[in-house]
Amino acid sequence: MNAIAKLSRRGFLSVSAVAGAFTLGIRAPMAQGQNIAAAGAATPEVNAWVVIKPDDTVVIRIARSEMGQGTLTGLAQLVAEELDCDWAKVTTEYPTPGQNLARSRVWGDFSTGGSRGIRESNEYVRKGGAAARMMLVQAAATGWNVPVSECKAAASVVTHQPSGRTMRYGQLAEAAAKLTPPTDIPLRNPAEWHLAGKPVPRLDTIAKTNGSQVYGIDLTMPGMLNASIRDCPVFGGKVKSFDAAAALARPGVRKVVQVGDSALAVVAETWWQANSALDALSIVWDEGPNASLSSETIAAMLTEGLGAAEAFIGNKAGDARAALGRAAKTVEAVYNFPFQNHATMEPMNATAIWKADRCEVWCPTQNGEASLAACAEAAGLRPQQCEVHKVHLGGGFGRRGWQDYVRQAVAIAKEMPGTPVKLVWSREEDMLHGRYHPITACKLTAGLDAEGRLEALHMRISGQSIIAGIAPQMLQGGVDSRVFQGLAQGGAEGAFGYGIPNLLIDHAMRNTHVPPGFWRGVNVNQNAVYLECFIDEVALAAGKDPLEFRRAMLRGAPKHLAVLNAVAEKGGWGTPAPAGRHRGLAAIMGYGSYVAACAEVSVAADGEVTVHRIVAATDPGHAVNPQQIAAQIEGSFAYGLTAALHGEITIKGGRVEQENFDTYPMMRLAEMPAVESIVMPSGGFWGGVGEPTIAVAAPAVLNAVFAATGKRVRSLPLKAADLKT
Amino acid sequence: MAKLNVNGRVVEVQAEDDTPLLWVIREQLGMTGTKYGCGVAQCGACTVHLDGVATRSCALPLSAVTEAQKIVTIEGLSPNNDHPLQKAWVALDVPQCGYCQSGMLMAAAALLAENPKPSEADIRGTVTNICRCGTYNRVLAGIQQAAGTNATSPGARG
Repeated sequence: MNAIAKLSRRGFLSVSAVAGAFTLGIRAPMAQGQNIAAAGAATPEVNAWVVIKPDDTVVIRIARSEMGQGTLTGLAQLVAEELDCDWAKVTTEYPTPGQNLARSRVWGDFSTGGSRGIRESNEYVRKGGAAARMMLVQAAATGWNVPVSECKAAASVVTHQPSGRTMRYGQLAEAAAKLTPPTDIPLRNPAEWHLAGKPVPRLDTIAKTNGSQVYGIDLTMPGMLNASIRDCPVFGGKVKSFDAAAALARPGVRKVVQVGDSALAVVAETWWQANSALDALSIVWDEGPNASLSSETIAAMLTEGLGAAEAFIGNKAGDARAALGRAAKTVEAVYNFPFQNHATMEPMNATAIWKADRCEVWCPTQNGEASLAACAEAAGLRPQQCEVHKVHLGGGFGRRGWQDYVRQAVAIAKEMPGTPVKLVWSREEDMLHGRYHPITACKLTAGLDAEGRLEALHMRISGQSIIAGIAPQMLQGGVDSRVFQGLAQGGAEGAFGYGIPNLLIDHAMRNTHVPPGFWRGVNVNQNAVYLECFIDEVALAAGKDPLEFRRAMLRGAPKHLAVLNAVAEKGGWGTPAPAGRHRGLAAIMGYGSYVAACAEVSVAADGEVTVHRIVAATDPGHAVNPQQIAAQIEGSFAYGLTAALHGEITIKGGRVEQENFDTYPMMRLAEMPAVESIVMPSGGFWGGVGEPTIAVAAPAVLNAVFAATGKRVRSLPLKAADLKT
Repeated sequence: MAKLNVNGRVVEVQAEDDTPLLWVIREQLGMTGTKYGCGVAQCGACTVHLDGVATRSCALPLSAVTEAQKIVTIEGLSPNNDHPLQKAWVALDVPQCGYCQSGMLMAAAALLAENPKPSEADIRGTVTNICRCGTYNRVLAGIQQAAGTNATSPGARG
């Protein structure tokens, strides 16, 4: 709030860029220099990233959102590594989006998605820590009147080495803060890290074991009212009529608010009262133009796209069509991947206070700056008149990059000026109004030569584009290049690894009325299923072992090969599996990291699949916290296998059919396989860790299921397949 | 006005009879460690102990609970965050987002109270709460550590 008065034109422009940043994926350059004075801070900051209190407490500022992925701890480790502070005295805080706006985006991008939290901010946060350390050392040297070169920092203490004199950071911070920040800031070689790269415990665990961690849904404030909302279950429909009087007659109900033309909210003293009163509204919907659409109509559209003459090309080598025509043997298969809901454990929620000249929002968000832009838009105010306070997220997985719940909360609060209103979605609302993992199908055609080598591969993807659904202005000549995640022709993000002389990967864009979104792993999920299961099919047709078949095609892709070899070795590929168990492999590159898995499954006579063991390898370049990477790998198998085994959102009458966990089942502890993680950073690059391994979960298991049953499951979820013997 | 015995204290609450115990705990008593996840007793985020039994409070109306029944929430699990499960959770860095962990801990605590040395199959069969972050293997290892039965590393499966 104190930052608002200092707003500059540049600040205003940067928030305009922010409004587009989420959807456009464009990152406005962050401000140069980090010595912009904090307006009214009680303790002077050494720089924007580091505040040191007189008692030596180190407050490290974290711009990205913590939603379970461990970024908060990892980013703090990177700052503390260069700061040379006492890790035991480190705490963290989130700067607000409004402060970032007022300070020319000194903290850079707040967006937390695409496994970018650490890999894209590591350099400037490390420089923040290093610059602060240099200033603290300079302050000590100046005070002692000795050369900086004679002073050394360690564990929050600066020592003048010749004399042995010492000063604590807490004693130096005020003087350091007054110095001109350095411009040449050398960073430590990761090989010399002593804190980063270590499996230190998370900073946020204790509050999560005693109920004291506050999530957005837990917020309370004086005079606060609670709201629940119901949006038209048919996408594109509207409110036709409703009985406000009946809802207002219910206990505790204060107001009924129409939000846009498609939703109604009830505001009451308690959330339970508000949610219960929604039924009393007896809403009649105008279901609109999509009411006749269903999973069947969508499937027919995708099938048409598989054979369509025109498609966007994502990767090409040689002449695949000609090579397929002359192949000694061809293999063809069609795969499908359904819609998925994020189903974060904490449903969408936001708390807002609206006044004529000011609006504040408290919310769990993956993109605080996009939340600020959404708040301003819904409030009818300038961003400088608004503020967003980030609250801990009960899961994100991509869902909380989308700001619909923020806009709704502000729209409701606007009808009750000055009163704080907390909007919480019911689970049913959350299931019916997700931003769903896109639906696609893929037809793969392979051509083998007489020696069983893969001479030609055509992958035709047909289906939904996320970018077309959320930011069509970002399409390049109509192409959504993100559809080809993991299949790209080179690049640092997700390069196709196999050397295949004649290759064509193309996309027939077939968009649905179901709103798409980024769902943990995004398009690498289905692309890995399509590619890695089909490669197994082709290996079988060539009469070759799936591992050897892959190895022969990965000679030019040593990092892909290394993770594959690692899981094959630890997974025991080529050696007998325990009785009744069978193995499957998968490998791919995503989010800048190389990942592979070896799954071990058994399939009972009644068709029940048990996933016993997963060996998973990841090469993320640099590993900031190996035990948190292991936790992300373990978790990604729960998320990925939930989708593979159970997950399917279906459409009937234009709306989602699944309304809660009874019809959208989740993997639970009973089904969770052992996960053995191999974290094998090879250095020299920065890859993500939150998402990549999820992509190999499904194909490794599906390949193992084939090994167990001889049945090739090409349509997910697995529960729909008949595997009885 | 209903009376409830929560974490050893008798409290008076004012809510409609059909209000689920979860929302009475969260909104009337202001104890927000117990979470809403589904409202239909599927996910277990709302698990509390009712006379020592793990109970999904989102589907239990206030009218079904009497003052004679002892309710324990996550806030009352231990006085100093020192239940063996809480210590194991910290030692193994079990939580990720943490939202489901109150319910996980309450389900696990009820299991250990009933069965101090549960087998792995007992744990897998009894703790049926949903965690979307996928902390299951560390939950399993945490229960085994608290029970002193852990021969296996996090992630192991028999």
